[in-house]
Amino acid sequence: MNLYAIRAIYSYEMARTFRTLMQSIASPVIATSLYFVVFGAAIGSRMTEIDGIPYGAFIIPGLIMLLLLNESISNASFGIYMPRFTGTIYEVLSAPVSPAEMVIGYVGAAATKSVILGLLVLLTARLFVAYEIQHPVFMLGFLVLTAVNFSLFGFIIGIWAEGFEKLQIIPMMIIMPLTFLGGTFYSITMLPPLWQTVTLFNPVVYLISGFRWSFYGTSDVPVGISLVMSLLFLGLCLVVLRWIFKTGYKLKP
Amino acid sequence: MPPVIQLTDLSKHYESGFQALKGVNLTINKGEIFALLGPNGAGKTTLIGIVCGLVKASGGTVLVDGHDNVRDYRAARSRIGLVPQELACDMFETVLATVNLSRGLFGKPRNNVLVEQLLRDLSLWDKRNETTNSLSGGMKRRLMIAKALAHEPDILFLDEPTAGVDVSLRQNMWEMVRRLRERGVTIILTTHYIEEAEEMADRIGVINQGEIILVDNKQALMDRLGTKQLSISLQHPLSALPEALQGFNLNLKDEGLTLVYSFDHQQEQTGIAELLKALAREGLEFRDLHSSQSSLEEIFVDLVQGENGTAGSAS
Repeated sequence: MNLYAIRAIYSYEMARTFRTLMQSIASPVIATSLYFVVFGAAIGSRMTEIDGIPYGAFIIPGLIMLLLLNESISNASFGIYMPRFTGTIYEVLSAPVSPAEMVIGYVGAAATKSVILGLLVLLTARLFVAYEIQHPVFMLGFLVLTAVNFSLFGFIIGIWAEGFEKLQIIPMMIIMPLTFLGGTFYSITMLPPLWQTVTLFNPVVYLISGFRWSFYGTSDVPVGISLVMSLLFLGLCLVVLRWIFKTGYKLKP
Repeated sequence: MPPVIQLTDLSKHYESGFQALKGVNLTINKGEIFALLGPNGAGKTTLIGIVCGLVKASGGTVLVDGHDNVRDYRAARSRIGLVPQELACDMFETVLATVNLSRGLFGKPRNNVLVEQLLRDLSLWDKRNETTNSLSGGMKRRLMIAKALAHEPDILFLDEPTAGVDVSLRQNMWEMVRRLRERGVTIILTTHYIEEAEEMADRIGVINQGEIILVDNKQALMDRLGTKQLSISLQHPLSALPEALQGFNLNLKDEGLTLVYSFDHQQEQTGIAELLKALAREGLEFRDLHSSQSSLEEIFVDLVQGENGTAGSAS
């Protein structure tokens, strides 16, 4: 195991985060805070409780998931796409670094940043709404698992993409709609029966539902299923990455 | 000298169908400076890419210090430093950060003393805290070298190290390569400038269309490539070579208006003085004299034609 290489990649990527602190950390926190102000404090006061939870508190888990998904994907995809774009990837590929070490370095840094952001937003939310966390250990574990999952997914996108447009397509066209329709702002029990069934094909539903359970002990789908779905997604990403490194897809001609 | 890199029957077909390497056999000896010469598209960069792990070989094997570069890639790659042809830098990172990253990637702990010395040797220490996008082209080239040397490799690949580099920097670079060789580093450089090979290399390999067509000691090769030509433009055309000039290695061109004299410029006596005296004795008036060395492209063509029968004996 080339631990120095993992550390080198990880700290290089983290340094990039802290150097660009304003856009890396401040802007997602501000953007998410606006959601709390608008939906939580302003509109939320006129909304009825959902499953006995005030609306402002109800949307917190969903908003953190929304942030986590977007940030994980964009950090990880950017992290690996930039060296491909500038050509500096040659160095990692010519170094005695295994694919696993490379992934741990890049994905680890992206996931770390997402987790930091998620926790910051959670703290920020406290300024606007009161909430409780019934299962803090599960909450933290699920936060980390989701950050890792979507950082892996972002890493795959960063290898697949050939331009900056392609980097944006999946987060904008797929992740964003799935998150909005995944129960961030409502409980799926509020939907007509047909749409309740359709919604179950949206994987993000399981993430938000599971995460919300860790806060309030209520969920749209059983929390065990959320966990299984997350682990399945993790497995899928790892299988795809294995294939990428085995075939050299877009990395090694 | 024991071999430090051994390529056996190395081939590469790209997905486009292009065959970049056709069964290359090559041995690089420990501690030598080996120049790989070839025109653009000959397969130089592909060859380096395969040895360094950037390109997958379609067939054949690469041994680096006895380690297979696929099965035992860690051992193989950790011995190699690569300076690629393209100047690829992380624009927003500092010089120091990128060099430290390079060292870490190759599994070495931070070593501030070594990195400082390296950057001083390459006149980059003053720039250590500047981002790489503020560097000039020559500085970037030196930064690439610093990155390649940061993990103290035994083998250094320089892919077209002096492309687009000014004369004084080129001299510096050659000086640095010699110092590295004195420390026992094996250096493989590719170039299409024959002077570069002439200046630096112990041995020279010539690659063309994916095949190594010749490997030889520099001196032996230079002797073979050392032919120069003197073109003499005449005032009046000649229909045939006069009797008195038959002893010289002359050809008549341009409908008898140009005499082309081929000679070995490394010989003490090039024969030019005798030729000019003979021309005067014959009363042949000339307008202009022009001497030239065969261009590398011409040399390649000559080699390809001349080496067809013996290409297999290369390496």
